[in-house]
Amino acid sequence: MLWNTLQLALRSIRRNLMRSFLTILGIVIGVAAVITMVTLGNGATKSVSDQIASMGSNLLMVLPGQRFGPGAVPGAPFKSADVEAVRNQITGVRLVAPVVNKSATAVYQANNWTTAITGSSNDYFEAGNWEIAAGRGFSEAEERSGKAVCVIGDTVRDKLFGRQNPVGSQIRIKQFSCEVIGLLKAKGQSSMGSDQDDVVVMPLRTVQRRLSGNQDIGRLSISVKEGASIDAAKDQLTLLLRERRKIGENEDDDFRVMDTRQIAETLTSTTRILTMLLGAVAAVSLLVGGIGIMNIMLVSVTERTREIGIRLAIGALEREVLLQFLIEAVVLSSLGGLIGIVIATTASIFLAGLMNVPYLFDPGINLLSFFFSAAIGVIFGFFPARRAAGLNPIDALRHE
Amino acid sequence: MSDAALIRLSGITKTYGSGQAAFQALKGIDLVIDTGDFVAIMGPSGSGKSTAMNILGCLDVATSGSYEFEGVKVEQLSRNARALLRRNYLGFVFQGFNLLSRTTALENVELPLIYRGEPAAERHAAARAALKQVGLDGWEHHTPAELSGGQQQRVAIARAIVTRPHVLLADEPTGNLDSHTSQEIMNLISGFNRELGITVLMVTHEPEMAAYAKRVIRFVDGRVESDRRNGEDA
Ligand SMILES: Nc1ncnc2c1ncn2[C@@H]1O[C@H](COP(=O)(O)OP(=O)(O)OP(=O)(O)O)[C@@H](O)[C@H]1O
Ligand SMILES: [Mg+2]
Repeated sequence: MLWNTLQLALRSIRRNLMRSFLTILGIVIGVAAVITMVTLGNGATKSVSDQIASMGSNLLMVLPGQRFGPGAVPGAPFKSADVEAVRNQITGVRLVAPVVNKSATAVYQANNWTTAITGSSNDYFEAGNWEIAAGRGFSEAEERSGKAVCVIGDTVRDKLFGRQNPVGSQIRIKQFSCEVIGLLKAKGQSSMGSDQDDVVVMPLRTVQRRLSGNQDIGRLSISVKEGASIDAAKDQLTLLLRERRKIGENEDDDFRVMDTRQIAETLTSTTRILTMLLGAVAAVSLLVGGIGIMNIMLVSVTERTREIGIRLAIGALEREVLLQFLIEAVVLSSLGGLIGIVIATTASIFLAGLMNVPYLFDPGINLLSFFFSAAIGVIFGFFPARRAAGLNPIDALRHE
Repeated sequence: MSDAALIRLSGITKTYGSGQAAFQALKGIDLVIDTGDFVAIMGPSGSGKSTAMNILGCLDVATSGSYEFEGVKVEQLSRNARALLRRNYLGFVFQGFNLLSRTTALENVELPLIYRGEPAAERHAAARAALKQVGLDGWEHHTPAELSGGQQQRVAIARAIVTRPHVLLADEPTGNLDSHTSQEIMNLISGFNRELGITVLMVTHEPEMAAYAKRVIRFVDGRVESDRRNGEDA
């Protein structure tokens, strides 16, 4: 009986290709959309966390102020003395890189490019996992005297020099000219969409003197020694800074110490929310697909009811008719689900390549979409049939 | 006249709807039909002919009364048992053909055999033979849309007789056909009655078609008004 019924169901699908195709289409689109969105979202999340992991798990970032947005507590910027204190008083510290950021336009011959100017020290390259592709980093004398030298990122090289080797050339930033002494190895786009190679790094003192005009330090990048406790370093750091910044017993910190894990969590939680949003939008399309199926099923219900009447009249049992329709519904919607998965996989791999995020196969969402589509097929394909198969044969035959 | 009573109806009534809207389409039908008979049921529109046929064909159930088919009380059968009775003993031909659309003639004729669980090879052979019997060899792979009304009705007849049913029930089988085609269909039906001994119950409005039958029953207003054998005086 099962084999016969399976044959009947497959025949019926083959005979009604257009109806079958339309039935499948809604599911294909819905399933493909959901899986693609979620897969890409997962990829983006992974890429963010990978990138942060590549910064090293032993990195601490200290920023003035607490919280963003409403309720934010402003905090005074750091000073060079803070850097020294951290370097000397916290155990387990490998390097401390003071960082100041300023936006400015760099000019070389007829080309100009507005970019982020970072003032720091050689430690900055090491803490940030930067490699020098050509030329060199800063010498101690250059750092101490605040000489007008810079190391540029690959994007800046591209905008100002094209394919040319920039090392040894002079670029102009605001009113001073500055010798390019090094070129950073390209890192590529960050997963948040910003271009990491769009930087010009100068000695801290150079930026303070010539661009910001004060002694302020925007943030500290601290690399903790391999094997040393990050949490211990954080605690010490907090105590030290509270003392140096004269924060009272009952007052809140006016600075933040973040480690890479926290930064990763902040960033990945953003992409995760984005993934959920995209997934929700796609889920709506799956639902619309389901409604489409219901529509087609309802339109064809007159024809199908008469068909059921004919089958019952020539001696089919109710359960045989039901089984046939169940098989039809399950085959169609699973087929739709499978095609959707194939399309989603292809699209995800392609789009992941385009967006520069890793492709991660997520079995959960694939299974979920597949079973959801099967359920939709069964509900919308099978239940109208169940009603018809319960009729007296003559009522089913007479159905208008 | 045959010896065995194939069908025995006593006091069959059928009421459609309920309460205020209730309508009694059959008001007590008593009828005995013997194996091998060819019965034409006539009567004015609305007299309950189709209602009676549907009950006889186990497509519908009577409101009251008793229906014995080959000694079995049909009203005591379950839904499934009635389906099996249709599958194994009855064949239907309808006014509107009722073929599966987009389905070839061969597959339509095979359908009852599939439900009987016949192996594919035998099924094909039997379906081909049945189509040949109704004069449709060469048309096996045409769908209803590609066949004339007369040809569609032949496919329906082939589907009805392919299982060698004991009874063939036909409700206005020529109702949608011209008179020439109708004659051909009637020749086929009476041929199956004569040669295969299939008992035929047929509703018709046309005296020319009723003339093929051995026995003519007239319904009026939900009752049997007259019941005579062809050849006897009216
Ligand atoms: N499903 C139904 N619901 C309600 N009333 C019905 C139903 N089927 C038939 N009737 C009524 O029962 C009566 C008998 O109908 P039936 O179809 O048996 O007549 P008939 O003799 O076959 O007529 P015709 O020659 O026009 O086919 C009619 O008055 C009809 O309106
Ligand atoms: Mg009628």
